[in-house]
Amino acid sequence: MTTATPRVETILEPELDVELDRVWRSRPGFIGWLTTTDHKSIAKRYVATAFIFFLLAGLEAATMRAQLSRPENGILGPDTYNQFFTMHGTTMMFLFAVPVMIGVGLYLVPLMVGARNVAFPRANAMGYWVYLIGGVLIYGGFFVNSGPDAGWFAYVPLSGPAFSPGKRVDIWAQMITFTEIAALIAAVVQITTIFKMRAPGMSLNRVPIMVWTTLVVAFMIMFAMPAVATASLFLAMDRLISTHFFNPAEGGDALLWQHLFWFFGHPEVYIMFLPGTGIISSLLPAFTRRPVFGYPALVLSVIATGFIAFGLWVHHMFATPLPQLGQSFFTAASALVAIPNGIQIFCWIATIWSGRPIFRTPLLFTIGSIIIFVIGGMTGIMIASVPFDSQVHDTYFIVAHFHYVILGGVVFPLFAGFYYWWPKVTGRLLSETAGKWNFWLMFIGVNTTFFPMHQLGMEGMPRRVYTYLEGTGWGDLNLVASIGAVIIFSSVVVFLANVAWSLRRGRVAGANPWGAESLEWATSSPPQSYNFRNTPVVAGRAPVWESGGELPVMTGLARDRQQVLLTTVLDAEPDSRHDHPGHTIWPFVVAVTIGIFFIVLIFTPWGMPIGTVLGFIAYARYVWPKKRHDPSVIELPRSVPPAEVPR
Amino acid sequence: MMLLQAPRFTQQSMLDPAGTKAGSIHDFWHFLIITSTVVTAIVFLTLFVALARRRRTADPEAPGEQRSLTRWVGASVAATLVIIVTFLFLDFRLGRALAIPTQRTPLRVNVIGHQWWWEFQYPDSATPGNWISTANELHIPVGRPVILRMSAQDVIHSFWVPNLAGKKDLIPGHETETWIEADSAGIYRGQCAEFCGLQHAKMAMLVIAEPERQFEQWALAARGQALAPADSVARAGQQVFLTGGCSVCHAIGGTMAGGTVGPNLTHFGSRLTIAAASLPNTRGNLGGWIVDPQRVKPGSYMPPNALEPDQLQALLAYLEGLK
Amino acid sequence: MIRFGKMSSLLVLTALLSIAATGCKREERRFREVPPAADQSTDIVQSDLQPGPSIVATATQHPYDQNAYAISSGKRLYVQMNCAGCHGLAGGGSIGPPLMDDKWIYGSDPSNIFASIVEGRPNGMPAWKGKLSNDQIWQLVAYVRDLSGLHRKDVRNSRGDNMAAVQDEQNRNRQTPRSSFEPPGSVTTP
Repeated sequence: MTTATPRVETILEPELDVELDRVWRSRPGFIGWLTTTDHKSIAKRYVATAFIFFLLAGLEAATMRAQLSRPENGILGPDTYNQFFTMHGTTMMFLFAVPVMIGVGLYLVPLMVGARNVAFPRANAMGYWVYLIGGVLIYGGFFVNSGPDAGWFAYVPLSGPAFSPGKRVDIWAQMITFTEIAALIAAVVQITTIFKMRAPGMSLNRVPIMVWTTLVVAFMIMFAMPAVATASLFLAMDRLISTHFFNPAEGGDALLWQHLFWFFGHPEVYIMFLPGTGIISSLLPAFTRRPVFGYPALVLSVIATGFIAFGLWVHHMFATPLPQLGQSFFTAASALVAIPNGIQIFCWIATIWSGRPIFRTPLLFTIGSIIIFVIGGMTGIMIASVPFDSQVHDTYFIVAHFHYVILGGVVFPLFAGFYYWWPKVTGRLLSETAGKWNFWLMFIGVNTTFFPMHQLGMEGMPRRVYTYLEGTGWGDLNLVASIGAVIIFSSVVVFLANVAWSLRRGRVAGANPWGAESLEWATSSPPQSYNFRNTPVVAGRAPVWESGGELPVMTGLARDRQQVLLTTVLDAEPDSRHDHPGHTIWPFVVAVTIGIFFIVLIFTPWGMPIGTVLGFIAYARYVWPKKRHDPSVIELPRSVPPAEVPR
Repeated sequence: MMLLQAPRFTQQSMLDPAGTKAGSIHDFWHFLIITSTVVTAIVFLTLFVALARRRRTADPEAPGEQRSLTRWVGASVAATLVIIVTFLFLDFRLGRALAIPTQRTPLRVNVIGHQWWWEFQYPDSATPGNWISTANELHIPVGRPVILRMSAQDVIHSFWVPNLAGKKDLIPGHETETWIEADSAGIYRGQCAEFCGLQHAKMAMLVIAEPERQFEQWALAARGQALAPADSVARAGQQVFLTGGCSVCHAIGGTMAGGTVGPNLTHFGSRLTIAAASLPNTRGNLGGWIVDPQRVKPGSYMPPNALEPDQLQALLAYLEGLK
Repeated sequence: MIRFGKMSSLLVLTALLSIAATGCKREERRFREVPPAADQSTDIVQSDLQPGPSIVATATQHPYDQNAYAISSGKRLYVQMNCAGCHGLAGGGSIGPPLMDDKWIYGSDPSNIFASIVEGRPNGMPAWKGKLSNDQIWQLVAYVRDLSGLHRKDVRNSRGDNMAAVQDEQNRNRQTPRSSFEPPGSVTTP
């Protein structure tokens, strides 16, 4: 029956594999695609969809760069250009950067903590569909000339009912709602998974750093996303039913929008950046042959960044008439956030210093990310200064700054992670040669595009301009930046070619091609639908290295239904077992009703009653209790001596 | 056109300061760039050495190595903190120094942001109701602070003349205030720096800084009514202006034209540029702008005006004469 | 594996559906258009009685009846040209007749409204001929019809950034025009 004693898994149990696979795998075909609750499928979808949005946003950027390559160019008129830059920012921030990190986290976290799935698999599935509906909504609008044109930040009164006629901004405001719901669902799922479903022995001080960053980011999402959802709700209400949140004539305030938006907006960039740091901390051990240096410092830095990130938002508003003392507080906080960021970078360099670097593509992208992020971080400290920011705010200097920190802190680590985990996800390796081409083209392209923008901003070029006059002298540097965009484009083409090649002809990777140390490498590539045959038991921070390849396991989870093990929050002692609901179509249906609710609300308040009724019916079916074999949560016999679980 | 002894038309740039505030910020920029370059160089050097060096110890997790690395990381963090605190101290000192204008009696100008042009009013407290109202070109005296009281009629704009000072937003429902001061005579270009719609890209302005005496001469002339048309062609042009669509939106002091929708054109002939500093104020440009403004600034609120050729020429002659 | 095919087809399908849902004409911004003046053949008749068989005047379209941007521009012009001074900020009327009701003295057809604005009308309506371009007048026509809710809900104006005296155009009930004739010289009460 239930054997809680950990033992080294030397007994082969082929039947166990077959039974577990039958229980856990998704149904085949299109219906399987709609009903799956396997976190790996959902995560792959998140990443693939986000990557498609990345490509679309990149095309928008390329078009913008073509327009700006020469003064008074005629490729895009002002209205189209405004839609393009708004879509570029909106896509990158809402539809790419956060969802891709959500996807990476959803794939890795259960594997890294030794669980079979996430805590709320149905909600997880629903979150993806909601995200997809939001993305399709706004791109559908974009393709019929209803793309938003007020900037990704949509300041009122420009985005308000008086100055943005039509439904463009309404579509944008509702898209925000979709992506926020998806992010909040993923946050709840991740927090619960990380707190309650870790492998026995994986106390909090043994949790991989990637999991720590996912946890901190999940909490940040829960506090930040409601602010933007509130802001977009207020904006949608002002536009649809004539409320006066942002109408100064009736007691509202245009600055209210800015506060609400940036209270979300600043943590948003750390929500994007912290998983990037988690990726770097995850892959450095494999490529320096030592555990990452300074685990406690890294974890505390991530947590500190998560907190401090909420105290910075006014630095986006330094040109507004806020009192100087208040602005000074935010200057100090914005400068001091460099301390935890710096600690992480110093720890990484210390890891490399005392390790033995292995120059594969993931390490190259990591090095590139550190270089680019440090440059961006330097300009970040500069613009924390109110007087200096008063000159460069809303200029290309800022464009340069945030592209450096985002490319350095999000995109380069993401590519490093792609190259690192691709063999785990697909079972095949990406080409190293193409990887090096990918890296160098992207590194050169990014610097060529964005470094001149520092100079352009200081020379007076504002942001969000569809053209500029000949006499300003900005033509040359803009041309250089546009050439850099071509180089970046070519690097992405190389990447896509690499992906296509690898899927057909890539070298088959084993379970652990990089010789890495965390739990995801202790199972096959790609992992089985049930992740691990038996629950691994962990005794340190580097389970694969410490166990010498033979991982101690704990058996006893059910083989005839989807059952997961719950452990305690701090020390991960086995606590209880829980039956998961299995694959089901209802998350998809509920997501569709949520879509109906918000999309109809764009046009008429009737969306609320219609959507509520439909949603209620679907949700009732979603949560309808199923017949259970036995009580779903079983307390394990207390006779299991804690001493038997290795510390 | 009585302008300047030595006009300097400066490319807009914060790196070429001609004003008190811009000068101080430029000095601070030197500190920032030097410190950043040094720190970045040290970090990169350490990174490259770390990548290139041969590892000496067999066990990177040995306590000795661990202690040494911890000390180095700790020292780096401490150094970072010192640099940041220095930065904060210098920054706060600069910020407070820039908050209040220099001692001389300031000139006060009201700035009203419109989509997509700048309205400047010079309130004259000695003669209430006798304000100068002009657009897109701001005349200021050299060496005297100019306090700008700013608001917007429609959406958020931002007043920015990089050679002179940092920017400040114009927010509907708020009155914001900033000050600028030119150290030397010249013509400085500025541009709206907050996305304000379709023609945000072409909402620029010129700040014309002149010695005090010349500024007073300009102000005196600007306060006056418009010059009467000089000849019959200009008179015909005035008729075109008054009977056509122009007077519905534009005002010319001393005539029946009193529109407040568009810029005040009382002394339009003296302006160096048109369409919010998008084009030089030449006859050809002006003709093209009047007939088809949507070609220059698509989306702007000025409609096309289908005029017969002789009407257009007369109108241009009239407008040129409004010095 | 990553099922690109299925995902992209789902994307396309949903995009096509959203094309159906969202309108194209609503969002057009036509900057360099020079629309023609109204066709004079649709002059109104000022009596409901007609000899012989009834001839129903054909309703004309105006170029901006589904264009939110033009309706919004019309509102801007309405304020800037001080139409609000006589007709009220929300079209409620003061010394001029209200525009938000269903009584149209000189006809509710777009070409009638165009003519009213261009020619002026007795008892105080100025003639804007030569002062506003045709394009601007069509925008005003669009807005005047918006004041009584004659447009589709999704293209109507929403509230302005001003004090809200009455319900904004988007939430007004549609006031279907009925013909009415007030002889010149009578004072119209709102």
